[in-house]
Amino acid sequence: MPLVSNIQRYSIHDGDGIRTTVFFKGCPLKCVWCHNPETQSFHKQILTNREKCVGCGSCEKVCPTKAISMVDGKAVTDQLKCNGCGNCVTFCLMNLREVAGTEYTVKELHKECKKDEMFYEQSGGGVTLSGGEVMVQDMDYIEKLVKRLNKRGFTVTIDTCGYAPYENFQRILPYVETFLYDIKAIDNNVHKKYIGVDNNLILDNLEKLSADGARIYIRIPTVKGVNADDESMHAIIDWLLTHKINVAQVNLLPYHNTGSSKYARLEGKYEGEELQTPTQEEMEHFMAMFHDAGFHHTKIGG
Amino acid sequence: MEKRGMNERIQALRELSVSTQPHIDLERAKSETETYKKYEGTLSVPELRGQVLYDYFATKTLYIGEGELIVGEKGDAPQAAPTFPELCCHTVEDMHVMNDRDLINFSVKEEDYGYQEDVIIPYWERRSIRSKIIANMTQEWRDCYEAGIFTEFMEQRGPGHTVGSVKIYEKGFLDYKEEIQKSIDSLDFINDTEAYDKRNQLRGMAKSCDAIMVLGKRYAEYARELAAKETNEKRKEELLQIAANCDVVPAHKPETFWQAIQMYWFVHLGVTSELNPWDAYSPGRLDQHLNPFYKKGKEDGSLNDEKALELLECLWVKFNNQPAPPKVGITLKESSTYTDFANINTGGITPDGENGVNGVSYLILDCMDEMKLLQPSSNVQISKKTPQKFLKRACEISRKGWGQPAFYNTEAIIQELLNAGKSLEDARRGGTSGCVETGAFGNEAYILTGYFNIPKVFELTLNNGFDKMTGKQLGLKLGYGTDFKTYDELFEAFQKQMKYLIDIKIEGSNVIEKIYAEHMPAPFLSIITNDCITNGKDYNAGGARYNTKYLQGVGIGTITDCLAAVKYNVYDEKNFTMEELLAALDANFEGYERILNQVKNHSPKYGNDDDYADDIMKSVFGFYQKEVTGRKNMVGGTYRVNMLPTTCHVYFGDVMMASANGRLAHVPVSEGISPEKGADVNGPTAVIKSCAKMDHLQTGGTLLNQKFTPGVVAGEEGLDQMANLVRAYFNMDGHHIQFNVIDRETLIAAQKNPEEYKDLIVRVAGYSDHFRNLSKALQDEIINRTEQSFC
Repeated sequence: MPLVSNIQRYSIHDGDGIRTTVFFKGCPLKCVWCHNPETQSFHKQILTNREKCVGCGSCEKVCPTKAISMVDGKAVTDQLKCNGCGNCVTFCLMNLREVAGTEYTVKELHKECKKDEMFYEQSGGGVTLSGGEVMVQDMDYIEKLVKRLNKRGFTVTIDTCGYAPYENFQRILPYVETFLYDIKAIDNNVHKKYIGVDNNLILDNLEKLSADGARIYIRIPTVKGVNADDESMHAIIDWLLTHKINVAQVNLLPYHNTGSSKYARLEGKYEGEELQTPTQEEMEHFMAMFHDAGFHHTKIGG
Repeated sequence: MEKRGMNERIQALRELSVSTQPHIDLERAKSETETYKKYEGTLSVPELRGQVLYDYFATKTLYIGEGELIVGEKGDAPQAAPTFPELCCHTVEDMHVMNDRDLINFSVKEEDYGYQEDVIIPYWERRSIRSKIIANMTQEWRDCYEAGIFTEFMEQRGPGHTVGSVKIYEKGFLDYKEEIQKSIDSLDFINDTEAYDKRNQLRGMAKSCDAIMVLGKRYAEYARELAAKETNEKRKEELLQIAANCDVVPAHKPETFWQAIQMYWFVHLGVTSELNPWDAYSPGRLDQHLNPFYKKGKEDGSLNDEKALELLECLWVKFNNQPAPPKVGITLKESSTYTDFANINTGGITPDGENGVNGVSYLILDCMDEMKLLQPSSNVQISKKTPQKFLKRACEISRKGWGQPAFYNTEAIIQELLNAGKSLEDARRGGTSGCVETGAFGNEAYILTGYFNIPKVFELTLNNGFDKMTGKQLGLKLGYGTDFKTYDELFEAFQKQMKYLIDIKIEGSNVIEKIYAEHMPAPFLSIITNDCITNGKDYNAGGARYNTKYLQGVGIGTITDCLAAVKYNVYDEKNFTMEELLAALDANFEGYERILNQVKNHSPKYGNDDDYADDIMKSVFGFYQKEVTGRKNMVGGTYRVNMLPTTCHVYFGDVMMASANGRLAHVPVSEGISPEKGADVNGPTAVIKSCAKMDHLQTGGTLLNQKFTPGVVAGEEGLDQMANLVRAYFNMDGHHIQFNVIDRETLIAAQKNPEEYKDLIVRVAGYSDHFRNLSKALQDEIINRTEQSFC
């Protein structure tokens, strides 16, 4: 069963209106700037706010897999040994630990999504499935969920990196209102460097999706030193025009580093320290480029 | 400080208003003491009260400030606070405290200490309502009052909580005098056993008409006097127009927009000089009342939007010039602010059910936005029929972060009023005043009697009715927490304690009502409240068309989380025993960190759309509401509840030990119907859904505070969704929501360097206040309110 790392209600930057966004755990990509590193692994993980740890040792005592040890008076978790049981979470006197990854049956998840029905109706919102990557999860599960949400009258938006077999998209296409589709770079050297894989599958899928009549919002994480320059933006614009992608909206998402502190909580290291946020002027300049190219529905932010 | 106001005139008036230190003004007390000495025993009480107002208005210092277009001050100048020794006779020590305290202080003139000691105190000490109340309360009442089980609104301020209607603009006080005379003439001294009392009441009202008219006449003369000396031709003309206005109002009904505002202001001065009623007085549906004058002025060319806005801004300054009467002791703790809660409702619907937003509504929003003043407290009523443009304009001002306007649900207000027995038309003319209290404007005396500390009742329940803070047996002896074998047994004991304590509170309030009815009528307020004249009865004695008493429940978030923590951990999951929990509470959780962590971080909490906790909230609220609602009061009406705290949640927390939800001793309890601080972790929609599970329509108002970081409400998207949140909450029958949009860092910086943040205004609870004027505990409380940040 897919794992859910978070269910975010009053999500107003992941599609239209007030939405509930479900973050699935596990992703085929590893973007350097990823601000939700806890959604990369397909397994349960423990996040620890180690800075505030007082070293009381309560967690160490209750860990069934001996994954926790005390280093310099602070609890350190061996992620390989950890089975994500969560015993340590309730025993942490400082409330510094949390489990990332919860199992929900389709019915349970549907129940959670139903809670904000009133707000969807009022605002034209609905449910967004995100991640991690939703399109590489158990597609029987996802298809069942999406159908069920649809039946209830909720619009479904899929937030995807595009790196998944196209059959997966085809299976849910009839039930999806909008795809939030990420493009990071057209230049494959850049793509490989920062994302870890080339972009061929991603761009192919986008072309097919557009041809199959999907409603698409192109989302471009805009990062200084990676793609926040005229050349990269032109490349994206040209590609979209050349391939006649039917674009309903373009969202330029300025890079932010608010997720960087999460890496330490996962006993990992943030590799994107040198990345920078474009200035407001730069963002507006890129927005103008898209406008000039005929993408009139271009916004800064989600 | 930044200059605000549409032009130099307004900027100067506003500057003076916000920079002047509030001061005690004994002129009214002196005048009143002389009147009482002269007439007490020879005039009936209502006539004497009318005479007091007359003598004060016939002699008081007049004030017309430079550039003012609307005239009249309650005291000798802006920021004057007259005292009301007939209600609360301050000791000399009280006067020193008011002068010396760091917050909400009032300067006292050196000679006034002596005058208070030599003249005021000897005469009023034993005559004051406060001393009568204390003398007439039972020992149980006094013990509970001192322990912070409940507060008592009427011990320092008069019953008020009322709002003006359209009537103020439709008649002059000469017309009222005629009406009063007709009512006197029709008295039946042969068959009506109350005819004599009614005549005295009506004579008191007639005298009060004279009082307000003499004030108007004196202002007309004074303005002409100033005009004669004025060298600036433009100002001379304005002064002559002010004089001309005061020749018309308040004796006659107003003819122009300007006169209509001046009329309201005279009435406001009448109500707030007669007694010091809670919430001062409010214009209510000001946009609808002024609209006919606005339209007429625009049609005949005598008024344009700029002029209309300028006059509104002048009125705003007038409101802000009046600090709330000085309070001391517990009353200061429950309402620690200069704000006097005059509240303006904008929008809503008309008496015949149409969309009520008009041209003046938008001007009022502009005025509120430009003036950024604490007073008047401005709110918008949002109905299903309210245009989205109006709602979004209101959201746009609200997201600037200082808490105004607050949002009220027109349909909920109307339903609440209908449930309380009002006619549909009276309900549509109604609204909210004070913080969030529902009333039928111009037709109802809806009196708040005090706050009730619901979490404290649970503290007593766990301790066999004994209060460890005061060392007194306050509740019933029903056993200790450990004696209750099931959650149901525990909850039953809690209900019994609550009923017992509500009985004590209401018995006291019933006596206090009688004291006011007999000794402290309000003949001026009675003139302008339907149907006091036709009934020949005073506002404080049940003369109004409707007479409601409210008891305000505080701490629903805290009590819900306490009960949920106990049910979940002790009875359901058996994570620890009741013995262990009680020991942890006694120790303020020191040495019981595991229990603290469990109750604080791993137990169901109200505010997360979790039925486990929310069902408990419903059971507590349901019991409280049913226990209070429908009890008879002494003036022909009934009791109802509302759920708001002003600043009382800080005081109520201070008198409590640690509680079962992990709240440490003396820390504030939750405010309004908002979740306990930090308890809500699922975002604003979850908070709203939890809150909407309460049956708001059974109340007379609930209060929900929502704090956002600026990022969440930024941009067109943020604005749209903020408006949608309001609409969705109101579709679920929510009564009120208000927003604080200031990030935590700013608040922390302001706490450290108050001088640099003199202008910072935050929403407290149904009203806004300067952050620097809040106690440290309340500042911390606001900083810790859960900030909803989702980017």
